[in-house]
Amino acid sequence: MNYVVELRNHLLELRDFHIRLAITAGFVMLLFCLLLTRFFYLQVLRSEHYTTLAEANRISIMPIVPNRGLIFDRNGEILAQNHTTYALEIIPNQVPNLESTLDELATVIEISPEDRRRFNKLRRESTRFSSLPIRMRLSDVEVASFAANRYRFPGMEIKARLLRHYPHAELLSHVIGYIGRISDKDLEQLENNNALENYRGSLHIGRIGIEQSYEKELHGITGFEQVETDAAGRHVRTLSRTPPVAGNDLTLSLDLKLQQAAESAFGDYRGALVAMDPRNGEILAFVSKPGFDPNLFIDGIDHVNWRLLNESIDKPLNNRALRGVYPPGSTFKPFMALAGLELGKRTADYSINDPGYFSLPGSSHRFRDWRPNGHGRVNLHKSLVISCDTYYYTLANDLGINNIFNFIGQFGFGRKTEIDIPGEVTGLLPSSDWKKKRFNQNWFPGDTISVGIGQGYNLATPVQLTFATMLLANNGIAYRPHFVKQIQDNKVGHLHENKPSQMYTLKLKKENVARVRNALVDVTRPGGTAAKAGANADYTFAGKTGTSQVINIKQGERYVASKIQERHRDHALFIAYAPAEDPQIALTVLVENGGSGGSTAAPIAREVLDYFLLGKTPEPMLAEKANNRAH
Amino acid sequence: MQRCSPLQGPALPLIVPGLVSGLPHTQPRPTTVFSIMIEFKRLWHYFTRYIDNFLLAGLFLLMLVGLVVLYSASGGNFGRVSGQILNMVVALIIMWLVANIPLQQIMRLALPLYIVGIILLIGVAFFGEIQNGARRWLNLGITRIQPSEMLKIAVPLMMAWYFDKTEITLRLRDYAGAALILLLPVLLIARQPDLGTALLITASGFYVLYFAGLSWRVMAGLLVTAGGILPLFWSFAMHDYQRRRVLTMLDPSQDPLGAGYHIIQSSIAIGSGGVAGKGWQNGTQSQLDFLPEQSTDFIFAVFSEEFGLIGNGLLLLLYLVIIGRCLIITANAPTQFTRLVAGSITLTFFTYVFVNMGMVSGILPVVGIPLPLISYGGTSLVTMLLGFGILMSIQTHPKLVKT
Repeated sequence: MNYVVELRNHLLELRDFHIRLAITAGFVMLLFCLLLTRFFYLQVLRSEHYTTLAEANRISIMPIVPNRGLIFDRNGEILAQNHTTYALEIIPNQVPNLESTLDELATVIEISPEDRRRFNKLRRESTRFSSLPIRMRLSDVEVASFAANRYRFPGMEIKARLLRHYPHAELLSHVIGYIGRISDKDLEQLENNNALENYRGSLHIGRIGIEQSYEKELHGITGFEQVETDAAGRHVRTLSRTPPVAGNDLTLSLDLKLQQAAESAFGDYRGALVAMDPRNGEILAFVSKPGFDPNLFIDGIDHVNWRLLNESIDKPLNNRALRGVYPPGSTFKPFMALAGLELGKRTADYSINDPGYFSLPGSSHRFRDWRPNGHGRVNLHKSLVISCDTYYYTLANDLGINNIFNFIGQFGFGRKTEIDIPGEVTGLLPSSDWKKKRFNQNWFPGDTISVGIGQGYNLATPVQLTFATMLLANNGIAYRPHFVKQIQDNKVGHLHENKPSQMYTLKLKKENVARVRNALVDVTRPGGTAAKAGANADYTFAGKTGTSQVINIKQGERYVASKIQERHRDHALFIAYAPAEDPQIALTVLVENGGSGGSTAAPIAREVLDYFLLGKTPEPMLAEKANNRAH
Repeated sequence: MQRCSPLQGPALPLIVPGLVSGLPHTQPRPTTVFSIMIEFKRLWHYFTRYIDNFLLAGLFLLMLVGLVVLYSASGGNFGRVSGQILNMVVALIIMWLVANIPLQQIMRLALPLYIVGIILLIGVAFFGEIQNGARRWLNLGITRIQPSEMLKIAVPLMMAWYFDKTEITLRLRDYAGAALILLLPVLLIARQPDLGTALLITASGFYVLYFAGLSWRVMAGLLVTAGGILPLFWSFAMHDYQRRRVLTMLDPSQDPLGAGYHIIQSSIAIGSGGVAGKGWQNGTQSQLDFLPEQSTDFIFAVFSEEFGLIGNGLLLLLYLVIIGRCLIITANAPTQFTRLVAGSITLTFFTYVFVNMGMVSGILPVVGIPLPLISYGGTSLVTMLLGFGILMSIQTHPKLVKT
């Protein structure tokens, strides 16, 4: 290659350089103008939009959960209260490695595998909450040792919370119920009721019993706080505050002492007792034994306790008084008798001859009386006092199933009593229509016979029996059974009486009712089926014993209690009211596998009545008290 | 533009002879307050004879703004501010030292500096410490250094030296040679990987090529080629996180809690600042920690939120004044070497400002580039002031007749 090596022309280069420098200056200006345009766009044109976003970043609305309303008995004894406890809460989003952090945490305060399991369950169920408790009920020492190590655990906080506490635990579990963590299912329901807003921040909701049915009263109104928060969600300062309104306090008609008396009168028996004031429908005692400790459920029950409760043969979770259905047995007879009188199928003087059984014409099947050889001549009065079965076989046959259904239905059998706790069942008062619907079969005359003595298809709950007894005791006024006597409204600050509501009144002839009632008084007197329980009472009380079969006894066999397994023994029943002339209390006692009503159920009723009317403390309760004092 | 130095100015008496070596001795005179003042003035002049006062004033103003914003951005933490003051003092001393080095010396340093830099980069490639998935640091036993930072200065120096040495009219092959000087360290840095620094060094090298007179046609050709390579680069050379950053810049709402969070939050900060700003220490986005990296790369969002559009305008003006001064220095630079170096340093400084502000305000992807003299951090401050030291040296040393 041959070309001339040209030396650089520095002057030319310098000129070119200066031109390029000028272009550079223009370029710089241009790009700065571009930046300025961008700033103008952000800070002038879109300023409002970004200001809104900045405010939304900064300000958050924090709910202030109201204190849940308290529950008292009729004498002001507290049944459900709120305790201040300290809980350690975790905001899972702010903890990068939860498992290892929990391991580390366990070196500072005790974290059991059970706590972890429960925490993980909460995480799965309550996606809505950012902060979840890992440990509840921290001791002062634990609070202090966590506080000292707090820097090691970002995203964890000690929170003071009011924890629901049920001081009487098992005694009232089936009445008060309990509160549990709000689940996603609850949230759905709250949303449908347009109540979700008021539950922001709330952790618990009433699960069963009064806690559930009076949730609206007990919850209160959630307050709000406008807070400035930083990017980590930490509270910087409060901008404004709307205080919450505590839930309304409830005063129940329940008498705690009476409840305790009733509970202890049962001794080791399982069963139910419902006592009501026949003058207004107030529930005075409501026992379903055994109960359970509702405190276990508040923050999710651990699986050990859950298995103990759920798999127990005694079924402590089952509310026997409200949901347990039993054949009413002979306690059905007073209502049958009244049906006979009112519908003109029987007079007081009419009597039958009882050979110990009843057979339908043209049938060899024998409906047996409980007494093998019968009671001889039996009129209405005697039929109740000695609980003659044959009398009611004939009566049922004469009335026919649909008359029984229509008349006795008025006493609340086969329908809900509308008591103010949830979960009530209807029981069963059979009719021909029902059988057609249920089994697509015609009703046979033979089906009617056992209905007459409260067996057959008949099923009733202790609450229903008490409701029916109330109607006998007050000559036919149906008060709605209820627990809540007063509501202390914490919003306006006044006391609201829950007035008894009359659902309906039965039109019954006074003399007919009086006849039945007279007979029921004689049941507790010498010669009656509850004579032993009624002995030496300082008041008159009326009652009716009953025995409901758990297993069928075959034709020609006899029921011998000692030969039958305990769990297959008959349930003992007793309905009663007292004082007979001016009833202040009507009750039902059901003793599961208790045998005969007269021997096990009636004495329990007697003890409860003695306590209620005379203030006499039952023996087992005295023994327990002495025991407590000795400790 | 020549400056008076005590060497050339009228001889003034000195009270402590030999205090500063090299000062001429004169007859001692009686000490008075007045004479002490005069002595101090003399000393001051002596020490600042290679300092460009105009530029220095601009830099001081900028650093003052930086400290004010830093105080707010760190939530009133004076520890951070005093740390930054210390960084500034160190950087200013380095700037002073560099400003005092005559141009010939600086020129002589170009080649060794470049070679040492390349060796260190190779060292990093083999023995570097891995941090956040990138191999950028070299542990020398005494201290850890990041050689790529030093190349930011060494590459333009080397390229300018290369062009200065070429006696004949520059041909394309000369530019290609300069491009090789540039490409070697850029590739080494890109595979660390440190894409931000690699791009910045590419830019500073490109500015040298540009000022050296690379023909417009070639530059247009390069632009087209770059446009063609970009898709290939996207699919083969870029890391996932880098791709994500670009995508996020195009639409931050795609990933509001991840990569988009930075841009969304800084846009909110800037936008909510409005015209007048929320006031010093009153920016909610910064004070409540919604802004990420708020004392380093995103400090401009803090400034913008608290001082608004007016503050932004004034800050841009201040940068513009400094850049303008640097351009004047560049225009007056005596040799090709100094012209190229000064031009490259000036434009690199501008690039920092533009890329940082563009990134924070959401018109450029998020790359880890600080806002010069305002972001917290010593390394970039030192590099930056070292560059200004060179500019001052170019401006203040006697211009040798070479042109």
